[in-house]
Amino acid sequence: MTRSIARGLCAAAAVALILSCPIRSGDAGNIPLDQRRSSYELMSPPTRAMQDDDTANPGTLWVLDGEALWQRESGAAGQACAGCHGDAAQSMKGVAARYPAFDASSGRPIDLEQRIVDCRVERQRAPAPARESKELLALTAFVARQSRGMAIEDVAGKDERLRPFLESGRAAFEQRQGQLNLSCANCHDDNWGRSLAGNAVPQGHPTGYPIYRLEWQGMGSLQRRLRNCMIGMRAETYAYGSPEYVDLQLYLAWRARGMPVEAPGVRP
Amino acid sequence: MARALINVPARAKRGEVIAIKTLISHVMESGFRHTSDGVRVARDIITTFDCTYNGVEVFHADLYSAIAANPFITFHTVATESGTLVFKWTGDNGFSATESVTIQVE
Amino acid sequence: MSAENGVTRRDVLRHAGAATLAIAVVRPPIGEAESAPAAMQEAIRKIVGDAKINPGKVKLDVPPLVDNGNVVGCAVTVDSPMTAADHVKAIHIVNEKNPQANVISVRLGPRAGTPAIATRIRLADTQEIMAIAELSDGSFWSDRANVIITLGACLED
Repeated sequence: MTRSIARGLCAAAAVALILSCPIRSGDAGNIPLDQRRSSYELMSPPTRAMQDDDTANPGTLWVLDGEALWQRESGAAGQACAGCHGDAAQSMKGVAARYPAFDASSGRPIDLEQRIVDCRVERQRAPAPARESKELLALTAFVARQSRGMAIEDVAGKDERLRPFLESGRAAFEQRQGQLNLSCANCHDDNWGRSLAGNAVPQGHPTGYPIYRLEWQGMGSLQRRLRNCMIGMRAETYAYGSPEYVDLQLYLAWRARGMPVEAPGVRP
Repeated sequence: MARALINVPARAKRGEVIAIKTLISHVMESGFRHTSDGVRVARDIITTFDCTYNGVEVFHADLYSAIAANPFITFHTVATESGTLVFKWTGDNGFSATESVTIQVE
Repeated sequence: MSAENGVTRRDVLRHAGAATLAIAVVRPPIGEAESAPAAMQEAIRKIVGDAKINPGKVKLDVPPLVDNGNVVGCAVTVDSPMTAADHVKAIHIVNEKNPQANVISVRLGPRAGTPAIATRIRLADTQEIMAIAELSDGSFWSDRANVIITLGACLED
């Protein structure tokens, strides 16, 4: 309790700091490609070591749960993920690096979690796993783990159909919002590398998701992280799975194109 | 069910000191937190962790609420003979989990 | 503002008004090593009884500055030959400012080979922690460390 009040105070102080900071670049523009840094590089050596060693990385527990779910028959169709997709090491390699991706049936991009939910419901005829449920995080972590070290693809650049959603995501990133009247770009484009009290401000690349976050003492998705940021800005959050989040995720993926997937990442 | 991850070398030389790393999924609810309504969240933690090597205890730990969620514990033991290491965690609300690994000692 | 996160406009304004205090909150002074609070003293007394605790032989390794108090890596090593005649029997970690002073107590013996353990702990605040080793001759040895927990500025739910 004391801690959350202290945080509130810090937030107010930090916001005052940010607002008084000179803007680093002339425009609230993009970080030059060669200056992009994963949040991993801002972490303390012990936290980095926790991510690097599979036995020490608590995210591995979710990956192993996901592996078990992958093999298990589920739903009315009596089908396991492995029944269609076989060995995930082959079939899922690189998949997480291509999401969000265009989904023809809904006519818009969907994130990896939504793809897994759709598969569960449509192919396996199983109940839809809830966002942030252990089941969905485990499957997502397992699938994403198969892309570790692979470069995030420029999906939005290559797929014309995604262009309007990319632009919508970019606009959301640059739009000031909430009672603090901040945009994502104010922190993550213009002030990365500085501090918000004890927090280093990262560039905000979605390289490690789903992540094991020390603050959460558990695993969470990129949407959970975005939601946290919006609460930090005292802005309205969207419901999990909202198109607004997916557009933002698409922009973040485009912004991080070429950077390696770290899933499951560990973050403070 | 709790998922556990044990890292023990599969082989070792007789008399060699081996490092053992263990990780288990558990919320480790401290019992000191309150909900937004002011209701205290009941403690739910792992309270003991044991490792036996061919039936003999080589490590025992009593854990308290200050152990972080998904407890990670590392320790060492001397590879004395080939056999089985059994790891057991017990805790509040009847929690119990057991894992075992074999080791080949030459 | 969504009602679900329970932050009212008044809270935000009050926080903003008190912003200058925040600096003091981020870095409280480190407690004096010898004046452990009663709960910590009590926990230590339960471990060692009336025995004297000597400084030395024990090395407590924690980062001095921590990103997040929820997960703080913590390692203890003891200088001991780990023979049947001369070994570490137990290692304890206690803390100063959590709601409970005990963190972990482990029992080991000559079969450990190397008296070195590591775990991850929670620290509610910037504080001192202490590792105590009990040797086979009945003596107690210890090491202490101060850990600064940084508070982030981003309010979350």
